[in-house]
Parts: sequence; C-alpha cells; structure tokens
Amino acid sequence: MKTRHLLLAVLLAATGLLTGCQNVQPWERGNLADPAMDTGRDPLGGMMSEHLWFSREAASGGRGVGGGGCGCN
Amino acid sequence: MNTSYNKNHPTRTKLIATAAASFLGVMLAVAAPLKEGEAFPDLNQFGLEGAVPDIHGKVVLVDFFASWCHPCQESFPVMEELYKQYAAKGLVVIAINLDKNKSDMDDFLKSHPASFVILRDAGNKLVSRVKIPTMPSSFLLDRDGKVHAFHRGFKGAETRKQYIEEIEALLK
Repeated sequence: MKTRHLLLAVLLAATGLLTGCQNVQPWERGNLADPAMDTGRDPLGGMMSEHLWFSREAASGGRGVGGGGCGCN
Repeated sequence: MNTSYNKNHPTRTKLIATAAASFLGVMLAVAAPLKEGEAFPDLNQFGLEGAVPDIHGKVVLVDFFASWCHPCQESFPVMEELYKQYAAKGLVVIAINLDKNKSDMDDFLKSHPASFVILRDAGNKLVSRVKIPTMPSSFLLDRDGKVHAFHRGFKGAETRKQYIEEIEALLK
C-alpha cells in the first residue's frame, strides 16, 4: 500500500513538473510584441467586421485571444 | 487480502496535499521576484555591457527596459527628469536593457535620449536572478543597497508620484 501511495505522490508531482509547459519570461516577449504578431492589423476593418457580425448574428466578441502581446505593465 | 480502494484514506489525502503543496511551493519560489528589504545583487557580477557606476552609499533606481515595451518608452522621460532633479543629492539612475539585439537598444536611445547610466544585460543573467514579473520593472535601492521599493510596470503620473515620494524620503 505504501508503494502505491509513494507512486501516486511521484505521479502527481511529475504531472505538475513534467508537463512540458514553458513560461515565456516577461523579458523574452520581444517577438510577441512585434506588430507582425497582431492578427487584426486593420483596426477600422476589424470594427466594421465586428459591427456586421453583431448586426447579422446578434453576437459579438470572442475574437481576441488572451496571453499574447508583450505583457507589459 | 484486502484490495479495496479507499479514496478517503487519511494517508492518501496527506500525500496528495504534500505533493500539491510542494508543487505550488516550487512554482512560487521560481516566480518570486526580489523582495523589499533584500540586498540587490552586485551589478559587477553579471557581465553587464557598459560602465557599471559606483553606487556605494547612493540611492539607486534600477530600471529594466526593452525597446519593444511601450510603457518603457513612457518611463524614460520621467527617469530623465528624476535624474536631473535628484542626481546632485545622491540619486543614481541605472536603466538595464534587455533587447536581444543591441541595435534595437541603440535605435530606442536615439528617440529616447537619456543622460543617466544605460547598461545591457545581453545574457539575461541579472534579470534571471531578480526575476521581474513584467516589463518594465524597477527597483529603488536605499543607501545600503537594499530594495526599498519595487515598481511593477510603469503607470504614468501615478508611478512618477510614487518615485518622487520614495526618492525624497530616501534622500533625506
């Protein structure tokens, strides 16, 4: 039983530590902050699309993706 | 032999709690920046590009910036103003660049001229040691070289006001 508990603890710790996730540090976000990384580079066009979308579908939003950009401030 | 699986067994719960606490502890320790009251590392030990000034007995504002960071661009005129106002009283301002390419820093400094000290942490050794949580970030050090205040980001007039209050208190 003890072995089982130990195995469980190791598995739990490994799940957290070996997920392969790597945080991009705040000082490494130069590429993410590049304007080329912006998917909506035409603000006016974006607003018009959003307006049309809202008028036709009675729905808005859901276009943005969190976690990008330079993460400043 | 009892092979039943008791999911509420106290030992199991304890083990899960221990594993979760260890994981959280490790994550927090990795993410934690330098705290107020802690000694700021010796700038001479990180192979910074540029001439590291003698900050012994001085009040020092250490700012980390990059050319791609917009709040950093806003912070430069304020730091220049503070430097000109308080340098004679013992304030040293050190801005540490974290750009990958030196040419980006040079371009930035052309459009945001500064008369205070500019250093470059090309190998990210210092910033990895102090672990800033965002860009820009600045540390105000007292005359003993300890962190008096930490500023996360630059929020215009609000940060400027805090800088002035803290610097004047330290220079008294």
